[in-house]
Amino acid sequence: MLVCSAFLLAGCGEEKAQTIKIGFNLPLTGDIPEVGEGSKNAAEMYLKDINDAGGLEVGGKKYPLEFVYMDNESKAESATNVALKLIDQENVVAIIGPNSSKQAVPAGGTCNDNRVPMISPWSTNPNTTLDRPWVFRAAFLDPFQGPVVADFAAKKFNAKNAAVIFDVSNDYSKGLAEIFKSSWEAKGLGPVVAFESHGTKDQDFSAQLTTVIAANPDFIFVPDNYNQVALIVQQARDLGYQGPFMGSDAWGTPDLIKLCGEQCYGNFFSTHYAAAGAKGATKVFIDRYEKAYGNTPADYAALTWDSIGIMIEAIKNYNKVDSDPVEMRKGIRDGLAAIKSFDGITGSSKFDAQGDPIKCAVVVKISDKGEFVFEESVCP
Amino acid sequence: MDFIIQNILNALQWGSFYALIALGYTLVYGVLRLINFAHGDIFMVGAYIAFFVAGFLLGPALGLSPFMTFLLAVPLTMALTACVGVTLERIAYRPLRRKGAHRLYVVITALMCGLILEYSNLAVLGASRLKFPELVEKSIWHLGGVTITNLKVIVIVAAVVVFLFLNFIVTKTKIGMAMRGISYDKFAIPLMGIPIDSIIVFTFILGSGFAGLAGLLFAMSYPILEPFMGMLIGWKAFIAAVVGGIGDIKGAFVGGFLLGFIEVGVVAMPFLESTYKDLFGFTILLIILWIKPTGLFGMPQSTKI
Repeated sequence: MLVCSAFLLAGCGEEKAQTIKIGFNLPLTGDIPEVGEGSKNAAEMYLKDINDAGGLEVGGKKYPLEFVYMDNESKAESATNVALKLIDQENVVAIIGPNSSKQAVPAGGTCNDNRVPMISPWSTNPNTTLDRPWVFRAAFLDPFQGPVVADFAAKKFNAKNAAVIFDVSNDYSKGLAEIFKSSWEAKGLGPVVAFESHGTKDQDFSAQLTTVIAANPDFIFVPDNYNQVALIVQQARDLGYQGPFMGSDAWGTPDLIKLCGEQCYGNFFSTHYAAAGAKGATKVFIDRYEKAYGNTPADYAALTWDSIGIMIEAIKNYNKVDSDPVEMRKGIRDGLAAIKSFDGITGSSKFDAQGDPIKCAVVVKISDKGEFVFEESVCP
Repeated sequence: MDFIIQNILNALQWGSFYALIALGYTLVYGVLRLINFAHGDIFMVGAYIAFFVAGFLLGPALGLSPFMTFLLAVPLTMALTACVGVTLERIAYRPLRRKGAHRLYVVITALMCGLILEYSNLAVLGASRLKFPELVEKSIWHLGGVTITNLKVIVIVAAVVVFLFLNFIVTKTKIGMAMRGISYDKFAIPLMGIPIDSIIVFTFILGSGFAGLAGLLFAMSYPILEPFMGMLIGWKAFIAAVVGGIGDIKGAFVGGFLLGFIEVGVVAMPFLESTYKDLFGFTILLIILWIKPTGLFGMPQSTKI
């Protein structure tokens, strides 16, 4: 009698509601903490939507979602550790993140080896998903972004030559810089007159910039994270450079304006979506995010939202929930591979055989008020 | 030619920060034979103190002009950062010294203090970076093909003035004589009626105060603050001090600029990638130490400082 009531208290009578556990591998501290925070905010919004409705309906039954956020400190080695922790200790059925290619490339390898489906919302380096059947992404790729930047700059600035400064220890920055260089040269647009690198922890770029400016480029391409952009732009102006800068999707953070200020105004960068002037579901998302967190969602927040959407669709494709995470992971992977196209708030995309989406890029101008204004949309 | 002069100016600015931080290492080592590994983080704390001091002075309560703020921020930042240095000495190093702990344990304590400063900053202020306000209206001067800003001039002049000032204190004043005395024999010095604790506190005030100044100038030159900004530059400045001959003020000054010149020089070389910066830099420093293990100006274990 006593034993039975003890069991009852412990919940032996009713079956505990099974949850679907998804892990998040995010840079909550380190070089790009804003990226982690934005992704987490978007995920919390999604989680609340689903769980307030009683959970996710799979195979006629509702299962609550459970999100586990872990900090990868914006480091490559921590990102693989976080992936392993999520897989082995938390037993998640799928992982969203890491965002930056620097972490997504190594963590993608870990997830693929352990046969866990992973979606990187923001990584644009081809190596993240290359020959990795378990790894997917929500963002376009650098081999697409590089030519977009080259074409736009050639047209907008009437550029006959270009200079590049990039972070050599960041897969994203290095990969994009090289792709840009080869596409600029392949298009016969002129020479790349300076191709300078720096390290992640560097604060002084004046030696590199002196070389860049001495080569007298028509514009400088800076595929760097926002914190480095702020220093590079300022130091280039201090060294007397007057010309334009062109950036990549890693610029798209409200913090860029906070750190860089007026010196970044008037420059352009390619990105995944433009918040200003958005319509439809994108606008609904932006308004809700602004109301909840008090600032405009950057592209990684929107891409995280879409990544979760893709993941949910994969679970629905599988249409059942296993108690064994290994089984469930396999089901989700097949569900992901079965998705042929997806309409998200960052635009609609089709998936190719590598699990990479084919979608449009936008070029954004930083206005005189520090807003990211839509300039042009480029589709493959 | 312009290219070379421009890079010399770049190196002078970058080397100034190494020199300013290296001076703090050398002072404390000279007196206590203690490598204060927390010094790079005291520099970081100095930059944050400068940020809050500047924010307060510019803020609605006082509303001072940026230039007045700069003039007041220099002494305030130095004084407040000196307080942090002295606090560390009080709560971490002095108790160990009183107990007669081996120097090794004091060095490890210093490493720990540095980590405590970093992570308490991370915990209190978060990982998000701060933007330092512009205090000195920037003017960019073009001299031929060379560009220089007033801020660069301020930084370089400050490093030279601090060096001359410290050199004067240590070699020409009574308190400097006492500092050199402690370095020579810290057991005999109290017998001569010299208050050893006060002299050590004074050393920490000097070292940390100038780390605060370096933090302020650094935040003005590279206006993005983060909790780990002092770590790498602190280590490198320490190496610069060792190469110069740790304990010797001239050595720290020369070592700091030497490292600045090597780093900028390697990056500026057209045929070298920036990835070779640290590899080449530290190989050169290693070679210097092979040839002269006591550093450029160091004396083998006699009086330091």
